[in-house]
Amino acid sequence: MHQTEAFHQRIDKALHNEQARTSFRSTMSGLMQKRAAQFPDNDELQALRDQARAIRAHALTRQPELLEQLEQKLTANGIRVHWAETAQQANEIIYQILHAADAKTLVKGKSMVSEETELNHYLEQRNIEVLESDLGEFIIQLAHEPPSHIVAPAIHKNVKQVAELFHQFFPELGYTENIDELTLLARQILRDKFANADAGISGVNFAVAETGTLCLVENEGNGRLSTTAPRLHIAITGIEKVVAKLSDIPPLLNILTKSATGQPITTYFNMISRPRQPDEKDGPQAVHLVLLDNQRSSIRMDEELLDTLRCIRCGACINHCPVYVQVGGHAYGTVYPGPIGCVLEPQRLGLEKTGILTSACTMCGACAEVCPVRIPLPKLINRLRAESVNAARSEAHINGKGSLRKLTESQAWAIWRLLYASPRNYRLFRWFATRLRGLTPTRLGAWTRYRSSIKPAPRSLQELAQQEGFDHE
Amino acid sequence: MNELNQKTARDNILARLRNNRMTQSASPAPYLPSYGWSQAEKIQRLSERMQAVRGEVHRMPRTDWVGWLNQELPKRKLHNILLGETANAELFRAQADAALTLHRYDRVIEDWKQDLFKQVDVGITDTLGGIAESGSLILWPTPQEPRLLSLVPPVHIALLEADKIVDNFAQAMHQQHWSEHMPTNALLISGPSKTADIEQTLAYGIHGPKQLIVLILE
Ligand code: SF4
Ligand code: SF4
Repeated sequence: MHQTEAFHQRIDKALHNEQARTSFRSTMSGLMQKRAAQFPDNDELQALRDQARAIRAHALTRQPELLEQLEQKLTANGIRVHWAETAQQANEIIYQILHAADAKTLVKGKSMVSEETELNHYLEQRNIEVLESDLGEFIIQLAHEPPSHIVAPAIHKNVKQVAELFHQFFPELGYTENIDELTLLARQILRDKFANADAGISGVNFAVAETGTLCLVENEGNGRLSTTAPRLHIAITGIEKVVAKLSDIPPLLNILTKSATGQPITTYFNMISRPRQPDEKDGPQAVHLVLLDNQRSSIRMDEELLDTLRCIRCGACINHCPVYVQVGGHAYGTVYPGPIGCVLEPQRLGLEKTGILTSACTMCGACAEVCPVRIPLPKLINRLRAESVNAARSEAHINGKGSLRKLTESQAWAIWRLLYASPRNYRLFRWFATRLRGLTPTRLGAWTRYRSSIKPAPRSLQELAQQEGFDHE
Repeated sequence: MNELNQKTARDNILARLRNNRMTQSASPAPYLPSYGWSQAEKIQRLSERMQAVRGEVHRMPRTDWVGWLNQELPKRKLHNILLGETANAELFRAQADAALTLHRYDRVIEDWKQDLFKQVDVGITDTLGGIAESGSLILWPTPQEPRLLSLVPPVHIALLEADKIVDNFAQAMHQQHWSEHMPTNALLISGPSKTADIEQTLAYGIHGPKQLIVLILE
């Protein structure tokens, strides 16, 4: 099926899911309010955004040196570094590490990059037991569903659905629709897993080149458990997550947690620089970092689109997007939904596969206004729209350029250009358009499905103005 | 992927990163805000933040905490107490109420992981300091106070010396020269474990400690 048709089908399905739409609406408005409450002083907020933007932009310009420095520091600290160009390579590397260590059971902290590589599926096929330990991820793993939000992955489910899911898988624990009780059930189920897992897998929020430090932000403690209790820890992250200095971390952490969930800070901020040392009594004996490219280095080739890579995955743009609020995360059909998804996914997967996501935008600008690192998301969406119909005339290396170009549409625009480029043509066109207004087509595809068609007025504004005695064009 | 392929992957990625026409962006300005709060204000702020996320905070003279624990722990039916091997841990050991069962984190985790997960009620640790702005504790676990001590027991009791509370995280890093000697693991802890993954409703005690009790020693 063509991507456009498939996208429209997913949207249709999402719009008919009343329960999920209610969840998205109430959650997103709650998150927006909580975020706003964290930034009472607008000047301070804008200064902090400038700071965060500058840190991320600077790290991107120095990315190759910083990655080398990161590798060197981590290696000196005893953490093994691996490089993967593709998702497949990253999965292979992780499987090999697990295999060599004879690790059969895994607990996972939340990691969007591992969603990108579909790591769970890959490992399960190779008989490794993978358990998501973040409560939201655990819920959707039970339900065999992808995340619907990058920060709150199970937000499309209500408490009743979660209760039924738990009851289906763990009938011995009894049925409850009380959120506190469900939380304690999950604690009980997962505690044993933490105590017995051979390996832990986590993502990384920031990787500090200066000191060789992996930073993880979380509330539940599952991230700390996954990276501390098992004998082996493997972290996976995109190459763009590197920052230069340890002193870059406080402002980034500050704006990340406030933007994401409206918390002044998360419960845990976990900074890992080494595996267990000889005199230490716990912590993993081996720590590995997998650095994944997966098109990021290509995105960085374009001076405008590279802004995409500043993203710190706070999800604020998603929470504020009027399109996301209506359709929810699954309609996008990609790992990353919402504004950042509309920008990142077409570049990562190719315009020929996901370019149509750029149509899911009203250009309202809300996302760009809240983005903590000032990514001009609507501008980038517009640019990708242009690339997808070959109207940008850039040299950018984006897969699937021009794949959404339609002959009729491009001819219509070519004629438009002809008419508007010369005053004479335009005057002629205007005269005909007003005199022959009865002939204007009334069925204009999607436009007239919910709107009446437009009809030119009998006389143009300019003619009316002339009648009134204005003599300038 | 074998070693050779990985080296190729590395070289390819770095080559692509070097091969572009990016304009250099300026270094970010240093970020070191200072609020000039007095010690009383810092304690106040930290306590408020902590309590807002259901952390328990008690202020007391620095000589009183052993007595406080001897009184409170039995009252709360917390009997199995895990301690590290710090000076404070020894102090408590010497004076602990006879009704309490004290455990010592003196072996590698592999020797007693199941017991740690199942039999301990409380872990007691020192802290390296506190952060007033966000209501956080700073912990650098050590061989004497390992990482799981503040994580696995359902209740975490942390001793915080009042004069070690700073305004904000940037200040803590700067004053303690973190970048020169990062430990194996550095932590900020700001309340008991929590989640909002079901309907964005806050619920406490998901995976880490269900309760965090901070004793501020003045
Ligand atoms: S500009 Fe587009 S992507 Fe951004 S919030 Fe508005 S509709 Fe969503
Ligand atoms: S694009 Fe900006 S707002 Fe959206 S997730 Fe990334 S950092 Fe957050």
